[in-house]
Amino acid sequence: MKKYLPLGLLLVAVVLPWSTLNLPGLFDGPLNAPGTLQLLAVCLVFGGLALGYDLLFGRAGLLSFGHALYIASGAYGVDILVSHYGWALWSAVGVTVLVAATLAALLGSVALKTSGIAFSMVTLAFAQVGYILVNRDPGGLTGGEEGLPLKTSGLPSGLVGVVNTVHLYWLALAFLVVTVLVVHAVDRAPLGRTLIGLRDDERRIAVVGLSPYRLKLLAFVVAGALAALGGAAYVLVVGGAAPHVASSEFTLALIVMTVLGGAGTRWGAVAGGILYAFLDQRLARLGGQLPGPFGQPLFVLGTLFILAVYFVPGGLAGLRGRFEPVRRALRRPAAEVSTS
Amino acid sequence: MSTVVLLTLTGLGLAALYFLIASGLSLVFGLAGVLNFAHGLFLSVGAYVTWWAEPHLGLPLAVVAGVVAAAATGALVELAMIRPLYTRHTEQVLVTVGLSLAGVALLQSIWGADARVFPSFAFTKNVTTIVGAQVPDDRFLLIGAAVLVLSGLLAFLRFTRYGLVIRAGVENRDMVKALGIDVRNAFTLVFAIGGALAGLAGILGGMYFTSISPGQGGSLLIFAFIVVVIGGLGSVTGSAVAAVVVGILQQFVNYYGASGAGDVSVVALLAIVLLLRPAGIAGKVATA
Repeated sequence: MKKYLPLGLLLVAVVLPWSTLNLPGLFDGPLNAPGTLQLLAVCLVFGGLALGYDLLFGRAGLLSFGHALYIASGAYGVDILVSHYGWALWSAVGVTVLVAATLAALLGSVALKTSGIAFSMVTLAFAQVGYILVNRDPGGLTGGEEGLPLKTSGLPSGLVGVVNTVHLYWLALAFLVVTVLVVHAVDRAPLGRTLIGLRDDERRIAVVGLSPYRLKLLAFVVAGALAALGGAAYVLVVGGAAPHVASSEFTLALIVMTVLGGAGTRWGAVAGGILYAFLDQRLARLGGQLPGPFGQPLFVLGTLFILAVYFVPGGLAGLRGRFEPVRRALRRPAAEVSTS
Repeated sequence: MSTVVLLTLTGLGLAALYFLIASGLSLVFGLAGVLNFAHGLFLSVGAYVTWWAEPHLGLPLAVVAGVVAAAATGALVELAMIRPLYTRHTEQVLVTVGLSLAGVALLQSIWGADARVFPSFAFTKNVTTIVGAQVPDDRFLLIGAAVLVLSGLLAFLRFTRYGLVIRAGVENRDMVKALGIDVRNAFTLVFAIGGALAGLAGILGGMYFTSISPGQGGSLLIFAFIVVVIGGLGSVTGSAVAAVVVGILQQFVNYYGASGAGDVSVVALLAIVLLLRPAGIAGKVATA
């Protein structure tokens, strides 16, 4: 039964755009309204991005502070190829993901010379170059601080216009599913187990004759490619790239999502990403009505995150375990009743 | 020639800011093993408190108030947030990440997201002529402050008992603990020192850029991180040397190269240093 739960959720997610259900408080319109679908699509993209990041952080124990670089590469790469050079969307996505994976291989091979906190700092420094470049607008390619709106003329007609928001929603869902399949495949493969081994004790992996450096690099490249794919999905859903996706705050947000949901767990990062994106967007909309600092989404999310680190160490995914004693206590009387 | 002098002195001024931020960061990291993302917040606290207090107290006292407030913030963060997560290093870093996000948002909700004009001492508006170069005097203020702090910090680390504990703790924390010395007080002290230095950097940065904004700490922090890694974690002199190299390189390449090339060249320098010496200039042997 439990095995089919993700499949059931996926089915619900797929058919959701046909529902006219109204959830006041959560959404402004019915579920099938374009505004709601776009909000949901952003949430799904962030779920996927957070899970891709968790491949590094939760699985391999690599606290990268520069993941935004690969997301921004994906977002700007697709945007530039489509908007400036008139490429077809799918070839733009393919080339961009390849380039981003190569970039990850190149930078990862340097950054992984260091470990622990130095690794975090180095990845941050590399990502900062991306942020600077995007802001300086080299050759008028990135649009600088204004960002680069995605030219719709280069897109398949099914992805253009408010009526087709539902297709963007499915696209976001597809990205999330791809990320889940890749990350869970890594989890099940020997690679996943060695990554966990690396996270817990690097020497142990070195002793059995495997190269920790190469394995970490492999994880880094896979995560970079997934991030670029996510960046492409993001640019389609939002309709353009903005320097914000290249900033260090963007990476920090990914960390918050991952930890909030439960780093290293199967579904934690996905749940964390969806919850974070939802709160971020809703709080921004409610901003004017909330008093003082509560009008700032980042104040609420940052505080929530700090509290989660202290009081909910396993994140959302860890909550299940915390309620386990309660559940067992509840189950026992029921079991006794059935045997008597 | 005059351009070279001006660029050098401007680069040294920038290096002074980087050093003030990086030395605190580096000591905190070397001793407590915490990559303090909230360091940029300390910087903003110092700057905003000074900006707020200046009309009431006058500038000199306001600067003192800003530095004290930033030091107090540092100590408070250590006591309330870092200490409860005693040996959990990743969680300690994560908490400072949350604090950096929430803190900047809090500053924004109080003083708005826009930049504020920052007061400065009258003499910084003057210009001194050196070898034909017209050098604004605020450069000398920054360099002088950094030299004073560097010598004070080195003297403190070398000649006081607490300095000895901190140096030994950076070298080998477990050994210091085994000797029956409570390192935790040293942690609080180092966070307070780091906070004070960051606050001073925030104030001097406000004078140098003539304005402050809530996000300003974050962008300076990234270059300070680079300085810390190049300099070698935990080393104050390493930070000083790296800050000078980074500041001057950045200025010269920004002037002679394309816009933004200076920032990129700094990161390239970081990559080269890491490939040649993964532990940074000062390596692992560094102490004070």
